[in-house]
Amino acid sequence: MATTRTVKVRVNGVAYEHTVEARKTLVDFLREDVGLTGTNVGCEHGVCGACTILMNGETVRSCIMLAAQADGAELMTVEGLAKPGGELHPIQESFREKHGLQCGFCTPGFLMTTYELLSKHPDPDEEEIKEWLSGHLCRCTGYQDILESVKLAASRLRNR
Amino acid sequence: MKPAKFDYYDPRSLEEALTLLDTHQGDGKVLAGGQSLMPLLNMRLARPNVVVDINRIKELNYVRPSDGGIAVGALARQRALQTDKVIAERVPILQEAAYYIAHPQIRSRGTICGSIAHADPAAELPALALALDAEMTLTSAKAARTVGAETFFQSFFTTALEANEILTEVRFPARPKDGAWSVLEISRRHGDFAIAGIVAGLALDPDRQVIRRARLVYFGVGPTPIRVKAAEDALIGQAVAEPAFEAAAQSAKQSIDPSNDIHASEEYRRAVAATLTKRALRAALQKLEKN
Repeated sequence: MATTRTVKVRVNGVAYEHTVEARKTLVDFLREDVGLTGTNVGCEHGVCGACTILMNGETVRSCIMLAAQADGAELMTVEGLAKPGGELHPIQESFREKHGLQCGFCTPGFLMTTYELLSKHPDPDEEEIKEWLSGHLCRCTGYQDILESVKLAASRLRNR
Repeated sequence: MKPAKFDYYDPRSLEEALTLLDTHQGDGKVLAGGQSLMPLLNMRLARPNVVVDINRIKELNYVRPSDGGIAVGALARQRALQTDKVIAERVPILQEAAYYIAHPQIRSRGTICGSIAHADPAAELPALALALDAEMTLTSAKAARTVGAETFFQSFFTTALEANEILTEVRFPARPKDGAWSVLEISRRHGDFAIAGIVAGLALDPDRQVIRRARLVYFGVGPTPIRVKAAEDALIGQAVAEPAFEAAAQSAKQSIDPSNDIHASEEYRRAVAATLTKRALRAALQKLEKN
């Protein structure tokens, strides 16, 4: 029987190993076993984007992946953005300054997508930003402030 | 725990995966990108006893040239549509269509073959497969067979694939150089499944006045992607101009049999299909004029 799995991952540079049920989703693994609850669970079927994390450098929905599928992978979650002392990442700073969040539920996902977008396209045009953000739902901001946040983050990261 | 209990296997070879499917005949489900299957598992709409995860089978992860066209392995992700040079060079309409396929966060996992095997009638890739005369390789532990797109798609989420088979490869053949393609769709939000969409192909006579070939395939308007030959016939042999495009649009509107659902009424889908027909033909013509 293969109903459990031992999953070894690196999350934000730290190695973890836990034996879990094979049917456990990656987001539940991160929250319940690894103990990182920054990644939020929204729709749980891949629509809302709240659970978006980076796996081997690419954004994925952690609610529609099994933890077992991440065995051996390098993951990055929202906890990996700020420096250990608590100093915010320029992307987080920009979201704070431009009011790119209100309730904050969707924010971890938006931040991780912005992270991948800006690491691959440091100077995206507005259409490109919209295309990447389209994979996320936000029920507070109306998106315009998020768009401004990403633009500010892009210019800060370019001029760093 | 969201999904119901299952036995999980992640074999390292295709042979192993096929043996597993054969052993658990009818009880095993293939997990590739998981962007359709995982939601179904989470909602327990699918409750397979065995999940065969093919993500660790490296031999299935490829896009390569094949007889002037391309061959796409079962694990090639949808992001390859935008990044792969062979696709961009040989079947550029696939690259263009990627824009409509969900979002970057989905295309990173979702596979090209997986979308075709899932056969959502409102999805882009099945329609592209039908429009571009794609061929599927269906492999079981005992044999491999080739099925053309026109017989592969059978009904809503239903294909020629048997429970013990894996769609191991899709081939998009070489196309004549004199044609141009366009893909368009209308959806509520960018990246959603289409309310209605079209893949249109157009080729002209050498004097560029008369339509020589046309291909019109619609998605989101029936149980499978739908090729409307009557609308193609309304174009072939006609002067390449608005009256022919209008005739094709009207023909498509009458030929399709879309359903009413929460997203749109039947009437609205017919109207959208007609409008998209004209827009797509104009877009294809524009590409021909540029060449």
